[in-house]
Amino acid sequence: MTMAAAARAATPPPAERDEPISGEQPMSGIEIDSISMEFTLPDGGVVRALSDVSLGIATGEMVSVLGPSGCGKTTLLNIVGGFLSPTRGAVRLNGHTVKGPAAERGVVFQQGALFEWLTVEQNIGFGPRMAGRPKAEIRDKVHDLLGTVGLQGFAEKPVYQLSGGMQQRVALARCLANDPDVILMDEPLGALDALTREKMQGLVLRLWKETGKTILLITHSVEEALYLGQRLIVMAPRPGRIMKEFRLPFPERGLTMPPREVKASSDFVATREEVLSMIWSMEEEIMGENGSSEVSS
Amino acid sequence: MSAQVKSPRLAIWLGLADNAFTRQKTVKFGDAAAVNSGRFYSVLVVVVLLLAWVVTSALNLIEPFYWPTIQGTWDRFTKLVAEGYRNVPLIDHIGISVYRVLSGVVYGALVGIPIGFAMGLSSVARGFMDPIVEFMRPIPPLALIPLVILWFGIDETAKIFLLFLASLFIMILAARAGVSSVRVSKVHAAYSLGASKLQVLRHVILPNALPEIFTGLRTAMGVCWGTVVAAELVAADQGLGSMIMIAKNFLQTDTVVIGIILIGLIGYTIEMVMRWLERILIPWKGKG
Ligand SMILES: Nc1ncnc2c1ncn2[C@@H]1O[C@H](COP(=O)(O)OP(=O)(O)OP(=O)(O)O)[C@@H](O)[C@H]1O
Ligand SMILES: [Mg+2]
Repeated sequence: MTMAAAARAATPPPAERDEPISGEQPMSGIEIDSISMEFTLPDGGVVRALSDVSLGIATGEMVSVLGPSGCGKTTLLNIVGGFLSPTRGAVRLNGHTVKGPAAERGVVFQQGALFEWLTVEQNIGFGPRMAGRPKAEIRDKVHDLLGTVGLQGFAEKPVYQLSGGMQQRVALARCLANDPDVILMDEPLGALDALTREKMQGLVLRLWKETGKTILLITHSVEEALYLGQRLIVMAPRPGRIMKEFRLPFPERGLTMPPREVKASSDFVATREEVLSMIWSMEEEIMGENGSSEVSS
Repeated sequence: MSAQVKSPRLAIWLGLADNAFTRQKTVKFGDAAAVNSGRFYSVLVVVVLLLAWVVTSALNLIEPFYWPTIQGTWDRFTKLVAEGYRNVPLIDHIGISVYRVLSGVVYGALVGIPIGFAMGLSSVARGFMDPIVEFMRPIPPLALIPLVILWFGIDETAKIFLLFLASLFIMILAARAGVSSVRVSKVHAAYSLGASKLQVLRHVILPNALPEIFTGLRTAMGVCWGTVVAAELVAADQGLGSMIMIAKNFLQTDTVVIGIILIGLIGYTIEMVMRWLERILIPWKGKG
C-alpha cells in the first residue's frame, strides 16, 4: 500500500487534470493509436471487429467503455492486454508499444479465471510468487490485500468455495498484488446480482482512489459505466468504432457521496437516459437490419 | 427439525430411505443426484449369491469339476495361504501381478504425460504423434502379446513392456485432453500476472490437467489389471493369471475360482484406492 500511496501523492488527482478528451496523445498512460481489427473466418469471410479506434487514457484515469453486444469491446481490451495484435495500428503504454501480455497491465476477467487448485491466499500471491519475491513479503502483501477487499479470514479457503462476488474480490486483489500500471476489466461484475454488483462498484471506486491506478473498464451496465468512468466511451458496432465520449463527474462525486445519492442525482439520471437512448437506437438499427435481411431471404 | 434428524440413519446409509435433502426433491426420476446408494440391495445380492453357493454345496447339486463347494474352496484357500501355490506363496502371486501393473502404469505415465502435453501444446508434436496415437488406440493390448513375445521372449521385460504399451496411449490421450481443457482466460490471467511460459506450464496447465491425468491413471490401472492377468495366462510361471492357468491344466477348479475371486477383489480395491486418492489429491476436480 505504501508504494501505491506514494504514487498517488506524486500524481495530482485525476479530476484536476486538464487532459485533452481525445485526439492529442498523452505522454504517459495508454495510447490506442488508430487500431483496426479484422477477424478472418474459416469460410474466408472477414469480420471487422474494430475500425480505426483511437483513444488516449492518462495515467491514473478511469475510463469506462459501453456499447451494444458485438461492438468489439472485448476485442479492444484483448488488444490492450496484449492477447491479440491488431490488424492495423498500435497500442502504447508510457511510450512503448504493447507486444504481448505483461505484468504492467493487469486484467480482471468476468469469471472463471481464478486458479481453482489454489487457495485464496495463493491466488492473490500468484504474481509476486512468479516474480520470485521473498515469501515473507508476499505473505504481508496478501494479508494487506485481504483486508483491502474485505476477505479477512478466507485466506486458506479454496476459491471454489467462495461466492461469485467474493471470487471477484479475489480476482481484484490478485491483480493489485502485482502492482500493475494499468488495470483492464472486462465486465468484471457482469455475473453478479444487482446488490453485490453495487457493493463491488464501491470497492472498485475505493481501490481506484487508494491506488491511483489507470483503469479501463468494460461493462454492459450504463449505470456502472457512468458511476465508474471519468470518461465514458460509447462504441457502435459494424464495424466497431467509438461513437461518442462523455466526460463525467460521477466517480469523483462517488468518493465523497453515498452511491445511491450519486446515482439518483438529476444530471446522473439525465446522462443515463441520454446514453441509454443512444444505445437503444443502435440496437434498433441492428434489429432493423436483421429483420430486413430475414425478409429479403 | 428433530423429527427429521431422528430419521433412521441406518436406513439412509443402507439406501432404504432418502436423506433429508433428497427427500424434499419432487423431481427424482431423471435427477441422477437423487438416486441413492441402494447399499441394502448390494448387501442383499452378495448374501443371496453366497447363500446359493452354500446351499448348492451342501446339497451337492453341482459337480465340483464345474464349480467347487464353498467348503472345499475355503479349505483350498487356507491351504494356498499356508503353503502357497507351486512353491510360490500366494501373496507373491498377487504381489508380482500388482507389481507388473504398477510398473506398467508408472512407465506409461512417465512417457505418456510428456507426449500428451507436447501434443496439446505444439502443432509439430501433434502432427508427429497423431497418426501413431490414433492408430494404436483401437488395438487391444492383448493383440500385441504375440509381437511382444517375439521381441522380448516371455521374461519380465515382456510383460512390463506390454503393460507399458497398454497404459501409454491412455495416458497420452488423458494428458492431451487435460491440456486442451484449460480455459484460455486462466492462461491469459497468468501471463498478465507476469508468468513466463515455463511458469504457465508448471503453475496453470499442469494443475489444470491433473484431474484428467488422474482419470487416465484410473483407466490405465483398470485396463492394465485386465491385461496382466491375460498376459500371465499366455506366458508366465508366477502371478494370478498363471496360477489359474496352471490350476486349469491340473483340473483344480477350486484354485481357478479362488484366483478369479482374487482378481475381481484386487481390481475393485485398486479402483477404490484410486478414487480415494483422487478425492484427497485433487479436491478441485470439476470445480473450475
Ligand atoms: N476470434 C474471433 N473470430 C471471429 N470473430 C470474432 C472473434 N472474436 C470476436 N469476433 C467478432 O468480433 C466482433 C466483436 O466481438 P467482441 O467479443 O469484441 O464484442 P463485445 O463488444 O465484447 O461483445 P459482448 O458485449 O457481447 O461481450 C463480433 O462480431 C464477434 O463476432
Ligand atoms: Mg465482450
